[in-house]
Amino acid sequence: MSARIALTLPDPERDHISGSVDGSVRLLEYGDYECPSCGMAQPIVKEIQRQLGGDLLFAFRHFPLTKIHPHSEHAAEAAEAAGTQGNFWDMHDLLFENQRALEDEDLTAYAAELGLDKTRLIREVTSSLYAARIREDFKSGIRGGVNGTPTFFINGERYDGALDLRHLLNSLAFHST
Amino acid sequence: MSLREFRGQPVILAFYPADWSPVCGDQMTLYNEVLEEFQAFQAELLGLSVDGAWCHAAYARQNKLHFPLLADFEPKGEVARAYGVYDEKEGTCERALFVIDSDGIIHWSYVSPIGVNPGANGILSALEELKSKNEMAEATK
Repeated sequence: MSARIALTLPDPERDHISGSVDGSVRLLEYGDYECPSCGMAQPIVKEIQRQLGGDLLFAFRHFPLTKIHPHSEHAAEAAEAAGTQGNFWDMHDLLFENQRALEDEDLTAYAAELGLDKTRLIREVTSSLYAARIREDFKSGIRGGVNGTPTFFINGERYDGALDLRHLLNSLAFHST
Repeated sequence: MSLREFRGQPVILAFYPADWSPVCGDQMTLYNEVLEEFQAFQAELLGLSVDGAWCHAAYARQNKLHFPLLADFEPKGEVARAYGVYDEKEGTCERALFVIDSDGIIHWSYVSPIGVNPGANGILSALEELKSKNEMAEATK
């Protein structure tokens, strides 16, 4: 693994980021598109992004538990492939909104829905083009203290509190001062 | 099964309280995904709890585990007691990790609060230490 990756902080050079790099608070999520808890956290993340706006930098890294979530690897590949075509985040959202429909045909349909080159996307997914990068995400999580999904880091510190909007916002506010 | 069988390679012993704890944050499920990294150090991972062999078999099948689970079942908790990680009150193993070196000596151990998944980072750091220790020993031979 590249020693340059900060394990618990977003890396704007490498990671998929959303929000402002000048924001005072940095939220990093390690997640799995097929994990129900991650699915439940997703609307909370969206609301945090809405409320904090330009104060927040959000980044997502893949942490697929592939043995218990058999679609999680291809789903992560699809997000990466969409990212290569310039639309990581819309695919990311679609995957979380459709956690029970993550077969390869579904991934192809989501690519089409987003106006992406679906043939290219599914070819990249099925040939595991982004497997090394996804594994790099996973390993950085392991070394950074991710023990399950979702795991959040706020300004580099693991968040072990309750996964609800109020507690997360409180913690974010604490770290932004 | 005897630890002696694993002489010449590091062994990771992961004692845990019970099979069938909630899935996404489950310790054994996580280790199952990290096997590749453990194997890079030639390390063998063994999970241990006081659950019986058939319970382990069902749990391992359900979660597609690719490493052995040992039943510390009869006499109950004997192995955990020998390592000092048996919880008499609950009647289960504590959540404890041991990394044993290729000579059968405990190199690193960690006992986690019962409800907290300790993750794999400590194990990997211990395996790295063992590796560099062995390399130093080789170099000074």
